[in-house]
Formats: sequence, C-alpha cells, structure tokens
Amino acid sequence: MAAPVSLQVEFGGGAELLFDGVKKHQVTLPSQPEPWDIRNLLKWIKQNLLKERPELFMQGESVRPGILVLINDADWELMGELDYKLQDQDNVLFISTLHGG
Amino acid sequence: MCEASGRCGGCGEAPVRRRAAPACSRPRPCVKCGDGPAAVVIRIGDAFCRACFREYFVHKFRAMLGKNRVIFPGEKVLLALSGGMASSAMLRQVQEGLSRETAKRLRFVPGLIYIDAAAAVPTEGAVCGQSLVQREQTLTRMEALLQETGFPYYLASLEQALELPGSILRRGPGGDSEPSPSYKAAVEGFIQQQRQEEANGDGGTSPAGLGTQDGPAGGSHAHLPAAARTEELLRLFDAAETLTAKEELLQMLRSHLLLHTARTQGYTKVMTGESCTRVAIKLLTNLALGRGAFLAVDTGFVDSRHGDVTVVRPMRDYMAKEIAFYNHFFGVPTVITPPLHAKRREKTSIHRLMENFLLGLQVDFPSTISTVYRTGEKLSVAPAESNGELQRCLLCLCALDIAGEEELALEPTLVKEDTGNGAESRAAFIPLLCYSCRLTFKEMGPPATLPPYVRTEAQRRNCRALMKQQIQEFLLEDDEEEPGGS
Repeated sequence: MAAPVSLQVEFGGGAELLFDGVKKHQVTLPSQPEPWDIRNLLKWIKQNLLKERPELFMQGESVRPGILVLINDADWELMGELDYKLQDQDNVLFISTLHGG
Repeated sequence: MCEASGRCGGCGEAPVRRRAAPACSRPRPCVKCGDGPAAVVIRIGDAFCRACFREYFVHKFRAMLGKNRVIFPGEKVLLALSGGMASSAMLRQVQEGLSRETAKRLRFVPGLIYIDAAAAVPTEGAVCGQSLVQREQTLTRMEALLQETGFPYYLASLEQALELPGSILRRGPGGDSEPSPSYKAAVEGFIQQQRQEEANGDGGTSPAGLGTQDGPAGGSHAHLPAAARTEELLRLFDAAETLTAKEELLQMLRSHLLLHTARTQGYTKVMTGESCTRVAIKLLTNLALGRGAFLAVDTGFVDSRHGDVTVVRPMRDYMAKEIAFYNHFFGVPTVITPPLHAKRREKTSIHRLMENFLLGLQVDFPSTISTVYRTGEKLSVAPAESNGELQRCLLCLCALDIAGEEELALEPTLVKEDTGNGAESRAAFIPLLCYSCRLTFKEMGPPATLPPYVRTEAQRRNCRALMKQQIQEFLLEDDEEEPGGS
C-alpha cells in the first residue's frame, strides 16, 4: 500500500492552456496498492486535471512528442522516464515545445 | 559508450533506437566535468550538469556567429521576437554576448521587434470581448519585456501589413553588386576606432540605446489597431481556404513587415529565432509545398533574397529541447500565445502534419531531426539566386523557377472568372509567381481580398511586361551582331 503522495505539478510553454491556463497545481495523489510512477500520474492527470483535448497532451500512455518532462528540475530521461517512482514533495514540470518560438 | 541507448548503430545497421535509463532517483554525474549532477540529456546519451550546459549553450551561439562571419561590427541588427522560447533565448544570448569584456564582446547594435499576430487567430468575437482583453494583456507583457532590455524596440501589429508599400516586394539595392570588406579588416577597423574614441575621452556610446517605442507606420504606442483594420485582416485570412494557405499567408505577411521595419529604420540584418527542430520541420514542409528549389534560402543560416536586408538564423543549431531547458534553468522570460488554430480538430495543415510526423519519429529515433538538419546544411544557394537580374516571384522573392509549359497544367484548375475586371483576375497573377506560391495563391481568396501592396506591385509588373512586349522589336539584344533596321 503506497501512502498518499503530495506533488507540485507545473505546466509551461503553452501546455497550461490545456489546464485552464493554470500553471501550478498542488496535487495529492490518493493512496493505492501500486506505487505511484509517472505512468500512473499521467493517467491520473488525464482523468482529473485535463480539461479538454487529451490528445494534445498525451499519446498512448506517454506524453505527446514535443512535450518535455522535468522531475525535480532534471530531465526525466535521467530518472527512468515513465518508470520513475514518485516521492512525496516531488516537482513534476511539463513544458510544451510545440508551435513556435 | 552511451548507456541510454541499447546499441550504437554503425553504418549499415538500423538507426540507434532509444532505451530509457534504468529507473533510479539519483541522477548520474555530468559527462563533461564529472562533477555536478546531470540535469539534462543532450543528443543521444550526453548528460550535462547545469553549468556545463550553460557553457555549451552560450558557446554554440558565439560559434555560430563567429563561423559564419556575416554580422559586421557596429552593424544594426533587428531581432525578430515572437515571445516564444527560441526567440527569447536568442535575445538572452545577445544580451549576454554584448555585456562581456571587450575582447570577447559581440559587436553589433541590436533593435527588437515584436509583431502582434493575434488577429490571424480567429476566435469567437475576435474583434471584441474577451479575446481583445487578452490581446492587450499579451501586448502589455511583451512591451514590459522589451523595455527591460534597454534596446530600441518596435511594436508592430499584423494589421500594419495592409499598409505596406508595393516596393517591399522588390529586391533592394546592394547585396550582390558591391564587394563587401573582408570580415577581419572590418573587425580591426572597428577595434581601432573604439580605441581612438576611448583615447579622445569619449565615453563610448554603448549599443544599448534608450527604450523607444515606434511602429513602422511611425509611432503607435502599445494599443490595438482600429477594429476596421482587424476586420479587414480577418477577412483576408478567412478567404484562405486551407489551413496550409493561412499559415503561408501569415509567414509571408510577417516577413514583409519585418523587412519593412528593417528598411525604414536602417537595419541591414534581421535575426530570427528558428530552432533546429523548427528548421527541420520547415525543410520537409517546404518540400511538400513545392519549394524544393529554395530550401537553402528558406532554411539556411543566411537568407539574402531581399538584397539590402539579410535574414540570419543563429538559433538553427539548437534543438527545441535544449532551448526549453535553458529558458527554464536560467529564467528567460517568455510570452506564450496560442498559435494559429491551436485547438481545431477537423482539418490540419501540411505544417502541422510534418511537425507531428517528425516529432513522433524523434521520440523513438533521437537522431531524426539532426539528420534532417545536417542534410539540409549541405544545400547551398544556387548561383542563380544571387543574380539580381533574374525574374523574382511576386510573393516570396525567390527566382522564378517555372518554364512556360507549366502554366498549362495549372490552367484548367483555375476557376473561370469574369474577364471583365482584367488586372484583378487570378490569371493575371499566375505568371508572376513561383510554383509553390501559385499553389498557395490558388487556395487564397479572390484577388480583391489580397493586401493592397500585393495587388499594386502585381499591376506594376504586368504593365511593365506589357510595355516591354510592345517595344521588344526596338530593343537591342546582347547576342545580336548588328543593330536591326536602319
């Protein structure tokens, strides 16, 4: 049984437009049998935070190509990507690099 | 070599496929200094710490400018900012580069321009209500950002493109005709001049002027253009039938506005913030649009199709990911606006399709974008392009690449129009356009909706062509042995 996990989930680069324009979300993930990892977090975000157009944020079980994920200010590729086990007070940041600059 | 990928592909093997690093909460050490904790993965397996990443990022910018040696010391350079990540990173690099100690300092004089293209994004009640408020807010935030830099800046709105002169579509003087001084000589001359100025007790004028506000039309402060103008622009975009044509139209108007500002304010160079990702996408998109002959000008470091004003792309070596990380780590401010038709689901444009395709491939094959980019780097501008005498396309100013027979293929597809209004019929425009601009033009609205400067210039060119035809027999040809007639 995993304890409830408290996280700060942030969105940037335009991704916040899919979440009512709100950049920072303080979320508490409920306790559940399997430990929380990024994969489950994404599912949870899709069900609870995503207001519209899920296909603009997610593709399959991962994020849409072009959206970067930072876990505690580090590239998620260094942390195991979808398999990273979330810990209490972690900070997960999604930055969209799509559409210009 | 790299732990992140399963096997290193040599030639002839399948491209390297990415494998995720094993899940661990302790980041690995930086591959460069071996010291700090790695924060970002660049290319396929290289994990850099923040400090090494910053050095890498800054070095790339200076190397790009130094290697290509097109920006001379003391030159006025206009930075085209969209508020997005790449152009904001470019601005930051310019600021950092200008503030270094004398020996390594960048030596040009920057100006900033922001083009408010909100009118091209139709939303319900685009001319009134909520979206107007948002537009004003974005403009205010952008102006604050520009003011903070201390450089002269210009706030333009896309509506101003409707007021451009027809001369914008003509290649400017200079560029290919005069021989430019060698770069080294120019730098030496500049340093000597500076030393003299210091010796004379002149404090030396710093390139950062006072923040001024100016529009190409001469001084509109940060308030929105007249509603009638916005409506006219909306009509123009509405008349375009496909999303692809709208995107092309937007790019065309934006680049003409940039060019106009540069010309009227005395800037000889324009820097745009196209990242490697954007350049690779543009490369393939333009191929699909029929612009294969102009890939080198459209995506290369230097774009000198306009003659007197050269467009430079210093960010084209940076992946979108590197830019995003840099902006996040080092607090580069951005103002993100929703792009053209961000949320429409039914139709899409070739641009959007190509973006999805490339980015999707990139996930599994992380060398995709750099491969496309490096292939594009091998393209060089055709000698014919730099020839100022050549016939140029009305809209994109690239050399006309169509021989006479091609017109027949397009003719049946042109909608039969009233031949009553001669110059305004579509057929009058076709001979003036290159292949891809003809395709885009076909999807735009009736010529009456086109911006006035396009119509004026088209009319002018057609008149001249007619005139030339009429006096053809009296013109001396170069290959004639004797002047005809007595």
